[in-house]
Amino acid sequence: MQRIGVFVCHCGSNIAATVDVKKVAEMALLEPGVVHAEDYQYMCSEAGQAKIQAAIKEKNLTGIVVCSCSPRMHENTFRSAAEKAGLNPYMVEIANIREHCSWIHKNVEEATEKAVILARAAIAKVNLNAPLKPGESLVTKRALVIGGGIAGIQTALDIADAGYEVDIVEKTPSIGGRMSQLDKTFPTLDCSACILTPKMVEAAAHEKITIYTYSEVEKVSGFVGDFTVDIRKKARFVDAGKCTGCGVCQEKCPSKKSLSEFNRGLNTRSAIYTPFAQAIPNVPVIDTEACIKMKTGKCGICSKVCQAGAIDYEQKDEILTQKYGAIVVATGFDTIKLDNYDEYAYNQSKDVITSLELERVMNAAGPTKGHLERLSDGKHPKEMVFIQCVGSRCSDGRGKSYCSKICCMYTAKHAMLIRDKYPDVNVTVFYIDVRTPGKNFDEFYRRAVEDYGVNYIKGQVGKVIPQPDGKLLVQGVDLLDNKQILKEADMVVLATAIEPNPDVRKIATMLTASIDTNNFLTESHAKLRPVESPTAGVFLSGVCQGPKDIPETVAQAGAAAVKAIGLLAKDKLMTNPCTAKADELMCNGCSTCANVCPYGAITYEEKEVNDHGIRETRRIAVVNSALCQGCGACTVTCPSGAMDLQGFSNRQIIAEVDAICR
Amino acid sequence: MSHVNKASQIKEISGVNPLKCMKCGKCSASCPSFNEMDIKPHQFVSYVQNGDIESLVNSKSLWKCLSCFACLERCPRDVKPAKLIDAARQLVVREKGATYLSPDEVPELLDEDLPQQLLVSAFRRYRR
Ligand SMILES: Cc1cc2nc3c(=O)[nH]c(=O)nc-3n(C[C@H](O)[C@H](O)[C@H](O)COP(=O)(O)OP(=O)(O)OC[C@H]3O[C@@H](n4cnc5c(N)ncnc54)[C@H](O)[C@@H]3O)c2cc1C
Ligand code: SF4
Ligand code: SF4
Ligand code: SF4
Ligand code: SF4
Repeated sequence: MQRIGVFVCHCGSNIAATVDVKKVAEMALLEPGVVHAEDYQYMCSEAGQAKIQAAIKEKNLTGIVVCSCSPRMHENTFRSAAEKAGLNPYMVEIANIREHCSWIHKNVEEATEKAVILARAAIAKVNLNAPLKPGESLVTKRALVIGGGIAGIQTALDIADAGYEVDIVEKTPSIGGRMSQLDKTFPTLDCSACILTPKMVEAAAHEKITIYTYSEVEKVSGFVGDFTVDIRKKARFVDAGKCTGCGVCQEKCPSKKSLSEFNRGLNTRSAIYTPFAQAIPNVPVIDTEACIKMKTGKCGICSKVCQAGAIDYEQKDEILTQKYGAIVVATGFDTIKLDNYDEYAYNQSKDVITSLELERVMNAAGPTKGHLERLSDGKHPKEMVFIQCVGSRCSDGRGKSYCSKICCMYTAKHAMLIRDKYPDVNVTVFYIDVRTPGKNFDEFYRRAVEDYGVNYIKGQVGKVIPQPDGKLLVQGVDLLDNKQILKEADMVVLATAIEPNPDVRKIATMLTASIDTNNFLTESHAKLRPVESPTAGVFLSGVCQGPKDIPETVAQAGAAAVKAIGLLAKDKLMTNPCTAKADELMCNGCSTCANVCPYGAITYEEKEVNDHGIRETRRIAVVNSALCQGCGACTVTCPSGAMDLQGFSNRQIIAEVDAICR
Repeated sequence: MSHVNKASQIKEISGVNPLKCMKCGKCSASCPSFNEMDIKPHQFVSYVQNGDIESLVNSKSLWKCLSCFACLERCPRDVKPAKLIDAARQLVVREKGATYLSPDEVPELLDEDLPQQLLVSAFRRYRR
């Protein structure tokens, strides 16, 4: 028979205002096995924990129930408190009478009754608990970073500087991400390449960092501390060891009609290409869809002109298998497609562009060599209209319900840069709200208005109508003047909503990491664990977790690195002892459980058993406790009822249900 | 009938929840009849929200809205301001004692004074 202590927490007034905590303690004392019950204002405080420890010692308790908040908050706190008092930590159960009770009920009587029932269920379970001992697993001291934007680069640098090996896997031919496409950056207006390129170079030169560009993660198995990952290195058709980056191949390649991804399709590139001049690595790739040799067998010019003999049309994709202790996701974002927004005439006029396209137009290496000009006729614009919140803050199913967070600031940046360089250009910005929280951000926006004379209009644009003479008629509203505005513009720039890179769904599935309804990766706790995914060993860096600008991205990237380092610094990890186990006498080796196990933890062995005096050899399920994550899929699938989860056995769960239904 | 009552009646007829409006003005930016109106499309929403139905039913806008549904199509918050003014129109008609018509009765009733918007809107309403 267990000797159980029950500890009821007030959580200040969080619980006590809605639940009669004294009554819960009183009722608990009537339950089988309970020899001690008390209530206290804050059980998680030092004084509270001391009370628990004192009771364990004085009353020789063999198990405890803490009626408090969610086990996600304090299960660990109470387990380690109990352990220090000599109790096995798995003899501790939490009855969640806050989230599951006081916070969601108003009536004290009903809430108290429910709290009593929840306590009863936990007591019934502890009565059947047995001490468990966690196992150990080794930590592979190497981290994987998926995505080589500023987030991935910063995380990799920070982990590498702490002395651990890091691999960056980047899908495109170069690291750098979106930041490499930006011209100047708010709030200081320094040139993006000038601050990014040194970081790219540093990452490439770092002895602890290996960069796999033009590569993708294909398969992930294992668990925290011990992931095994397959990386597909796509064939570049250029031998990186030989290529000197001279660029002759790109110059001579006759196939020059492919749209440049880097310049957002505003100009073209050759079939053999590096996305931009500062690309790292500075090794081109051949686009097989565009290469004449790949399509017709003729050409081969690049191979002829390459002095280094680096071109290799026979190159094949390679699969690389590597072990990692920690994985950081940094897959970033893209702007949304504007097909749902015909009213802005984006698909009708070349002079209606997204803000990211404007970044390329303003950039010296961009399609217009940095000259502000209309993409339709190359003319210098006189009137420019910016429209904010395009596709953001839309709950009508056409766009995204969230605020993209960066566009108010970059629109102010664009407006200011244009007014600075071309004082003859009038700039009008239509806005719903100007959202500029952040250090020196509102001052930045005010500068656009007060020092640069940018015309901000509170209101939206209803439609943009391309005119026969090439102008764009913008029909908007000024809500403060309560007037409709018809304005002729030469160019219209859409502050287009951003969304997570669509690839993230695939990555999340491989990592069993969760994503929200907008495809942003979910953090483990919105406030207290913002860079950790709920999946142990997986961390989040940059815009893949939510919209953010570069300063925030870099800060978060560092935080993710610290968390990864904290993991890699450990030699061993304690494994969860709540794993599955088959009852050898009941198992008939049917293989059903192995088929449902998502972690591949179950195998079968021929084992000799003694079934009530009959000795025979049977095929029996064996669980690898290092791989088992305790999900319980096998226990509910097993037709013979042989599979059970330690710490959550079928008997324990039924006892809980019985206690609730009593 | 009290103001509150009328406002909730309008919300019920139209199925519109004015609280969804984020006051962006895209409705008014889209409206082809904007200049003819005394109360503008985005204000349909705020007037209902504030319970000022009297002004709405006495407005010029009531008969100036073309029921083109541009505001309804483009509103990023799916508020449907056109449905509010349409509901206000219905309120006026109902209060005048008019009830449902069968299509056969319509031609006979058509005359110079009948606001076309009423018909247009009625037909469009059943399209969506
Ligand atoms: C128009 C515009 C202007 C901006 N201006 C500014 C500014 O002035 N100041 C500022 O602070 N911020 C600005 N920003 C925001 C800034 O771009 C972002 O904060 C920053 O780029 C986020 O970096 P990231 O690494 O999280 O994402 P990204 O830059 O998107 O990098 C993600 C990387 O991951 C790679 N990747 C994606 N999927 C995979 C996969 N499955 N496998 C491998 N690799 C993958 C991508 O190819 C990419 O290289 C601007 C944004 C826009 C759109
Ligand atoms: S072989 Fe292909 S990549 Fe090389 S030059 Fe010819 S078209 Fe260009
Ligand atoms: S940041 Fe500004 S422009 Fe972008 S969605 Fe939010 S409010 Fe709109
Ligand atoms: S368009 Fe919609 S959200 Fe915007 S002001 Fe009009 S009703 Fe409100
Ligand atoms: S439906 Fe009426 S209010 Fe809405 S845009 Fe058309 S005319 Fe204007």
